[in-house]
Amino acid sequence: MSQLPLLWIIPALPLAAVLLNLLIGDRLGKRGTAWLSCGAVWLAFLATVRAVVLLAARPVDDRVVTEVAYHWMKVGDFSADVAFLLDPLSSVMALVVTGVGFLIHVYSVGYMAHDASFRRFFLYLNLFMFSMLTLVLADNFLLMFVGWEGVGLCSYLLIGFWYTRPSASEAGKKAFIVNRIGDFGFLLGMFTLFAWGGSLQFDRVFAIAPHVFAAGGTIITAATLLLFLGATGKSAQIPLYTWLPDAMEGPTPVSALIHAATMVTAGVYMVARCHTLFQMAPISMEVVAVIGAATGLLAATIAVAQTDIKRVLAYSTVSQLGIMFFACGVGAFASGIFHLVTHAFFKALLFLGAGSVIHALSDEQDLRKMGGLSSRLPWTHGTMLVATLAIAGMPPFAGFFSKDEILDHVFTSGHYFVWIAGMLGAAFTAFYMFRLYVLAFRGPSRLTHDAEHHLHESPPSMIIPLVVLAVLSAVGGWIGLPFQHGGHLLERWLAPVFAPDPVASALGETAHAAVEHAENVSLEIALMALSVAIAAVGIAFAFRAYLQKPDLATRLQQRLAFLHRVWLNKYWVDELYDRIVVSPIHRASERLWQFWDVKVVDGAVNGVAYVFEGASAVLRLAQTGFVGTYALFIAVGAAALVLHFLRAVPRPVREDDDLVVREVRNRIDGCRP
Amino acid sequence: MSLPAVVPLSWYLLLSAVLFTIGVVGVLVRRNALVIFMSIELMLNAANLAFVAFARDLQSLDGQVFVFFVMTVAAAEVAIGLAIIVNVFRLKETVYVDEINLLKG
Repeated sequence: MSQLPLLWIIPALPLAAVLLNLLIGDRLGKRGTAWLSCGAVWLAFLATVRAVVLLAARPVDDRVVTEVAYHWMKVGDFSADVAFLLDPLSSVMALVVTGVGFLIHVYSVGYMAHDASFRRFFLYLNLFMFSMLTLVLADNFLLMFVGWEGVGLCSYLLIGFWYTRPSASEAGKKAFIVNRIGDFGFLLGMFTLFAWGGSLQFDRVFAIAPHVFAAGGTIITAATLLLFLGATGKSAQIPLYTWLPDAMEGPTPVSALIHAATMVTAGVYMVARCHTLFQMAPISMEVVAVIGAATGLLAATIAVAQTDIKRVLAYSTVSQLGIMFFACGVGAFASGIFHLVTHAFFKALLFLGAGSVIHALSDEQDLRKMGGLSSRLPWTHGTMLVATLAIAGMPPFAGFFSKDEILDHVFTSGHYFVWIAGMLGAAFTAFYMFRLYVLAFRGPSRLTHDAEHHLHESPPSMIIPLVVLAVLSAVGGWIGLPFQHGGHLLERWLAPVFAPDPVASALGETAHAAVEHAENVSLEIALMALSVAIAAVGIAFAFRAYLQKPDLATRLQQRLAFLHRVWLNKYWVDELYDRIVVSPIHRASERLWQFWDVKVVDGAVNGVAYVFEGASAVLRLAQTGFVGTYALFIAVGAAALVLHFLRAVPRPVREDDDLVVREVRNRIDGCRP
Repeated sequence: MSLPAVVPLSWYLLLSAVLFTIGVVGVLVRRNALVIFMSIELMLNAANLAFVAFARDLQSLDGQVFVFFVMTVAAAEVAIGLAIIVNVFRLKETVYVDEINLLKG
């Protein structure tokens, strides 16, 4: 290859922006900081595009570029490099991260314009971009873990960005601690792979895996399940999803970038990256599918009852991530990544739109105090409508193609329960999203007088990213138009990564596919029609319950009081965790503190202090402060020394010794023992 | 007991030891800084006496050279020491060392 793709420069650009911001940020002012941060991400995007173009120019079976920036450590056989890997999978991720990331950076300039900590915000945001790109472009597990922890740190910093609000710093801590549990799983998974596979480099581990692991064996199952535990932490799946809704305490662009479009998809990316391993462990695949489906449905139902606009979207994110996971769980990795991409577009748009609404209403987030905003915020309204249609799965918007493809794969792979959960989830999604839409933008205004007074459409720096994302949400799904020979554009692009293993493809592909294709098309159309119909029902119901007959919603709420309470209180999962995990740990820590810290550790430290205090009380008596006393000590000491040496070395008697010398000698000999 | 024709070395050393001890005792027991100072001089000169006695006994000049050094240092020390004592007296109107205890904790 004549031209190097220069992969290292992609994460290096945001890092450079971080350092510059640290060094001279205070002299740049807000404008300068904004230009610096957005510029760095824009250049990173261009560098990514260039690298991807170079990658695409290569022959299909050679679309892997690795680049070693430097050798990090080398111990015996083990080596870990800061090495970057660009293949179709990481290229898609890098494009999404830099592209959506850039738009959100631009949006943040407008959104955070009045914040006192403007510079700190962009510092964290750039640091996040650096970590995320490291995670995505890493060519080994260790470097991926570095990025993985880095995004976790940035997530914590940005959730607790307004750290003077106790709820924000609590939420930051919660996110960090819950993620730690997942990270621990990831680490253990990594150790397992290293112990048996002998390497942490992706290509080596994947190449060696079929030789050292028995397919479906205990070790590979354990390793993949541990890795998946890491994914459930980062990507907010059962049982570790509880941090994500609380993460909404952060500024809204952060929710869009980190807690919707990019960071939370890291788990999906990791599972897709390790698909070779997961496919060797059918039990793990099954677990991934079931967890994904359960989370998808659970979160969708909770979203129905929430009244905070951002919390609805947060649960929606959890639910959509569940969809991606069950796509991976049934082996449709390409579809999972497809949904990841479209979701990044429309969910980022939804959050940014919500941010625009919150901004316009002077920080009002309660859906019950909105309404009738469509004419007042025309741009926000239009773009939000596109995103809502996209997530609800209405053709021809992006979400329709990806979600439908996944449900189709799930159905044909025979996971009917997962499919039913997915369909139900889709219906709920359509319903709660249009509930949000109707409550915010349609119907009578329920604004407070104050909010009404300050109501204003957002500045262009916020509107332009919305429009770009709306276009992407509308047409982004077309990279995956169904019914194409040999799979759609994205599928073909990802094919080298997710190539089925040679044995299966030799049997299948040619003979199999031709026969099945004909059956599939009619089935696929039927499924498609069904899911559109279900989404339409959800939408219609939302309009009916919240716009045409507002009392219907109240009546339903009373009729289904129990269900409403369960959903409003999020199945009491937080309370459950608090009861069985948090409180016992608190109590145990309290005990340990009382015994170990107070008695043993403090006791040892204070004990040493007491000993010295006592000893010095005695020794202090010698320190009179009179020079004379000290001089006496010196004189006595000197005399003692003289005496000692005289006694120790007896001098032989000489003939010429005179009387005095003899007398002194006799005296000294008298003292000698 | 008749006196020896030549004064033996040990007599000089004995005198030196006696002078030195008087000096030590003087430093230890006296309160007046000037007297302490004189006692220190006494100790120095006791050492000088020992040096000279040995030099004579061993027929070597080294000890005498040492004595010149000690005398030089002693002269410098006297100059500085007396200056300090004069200043202390101007400040506190006393030269008794047990009353000069400003630095005592």
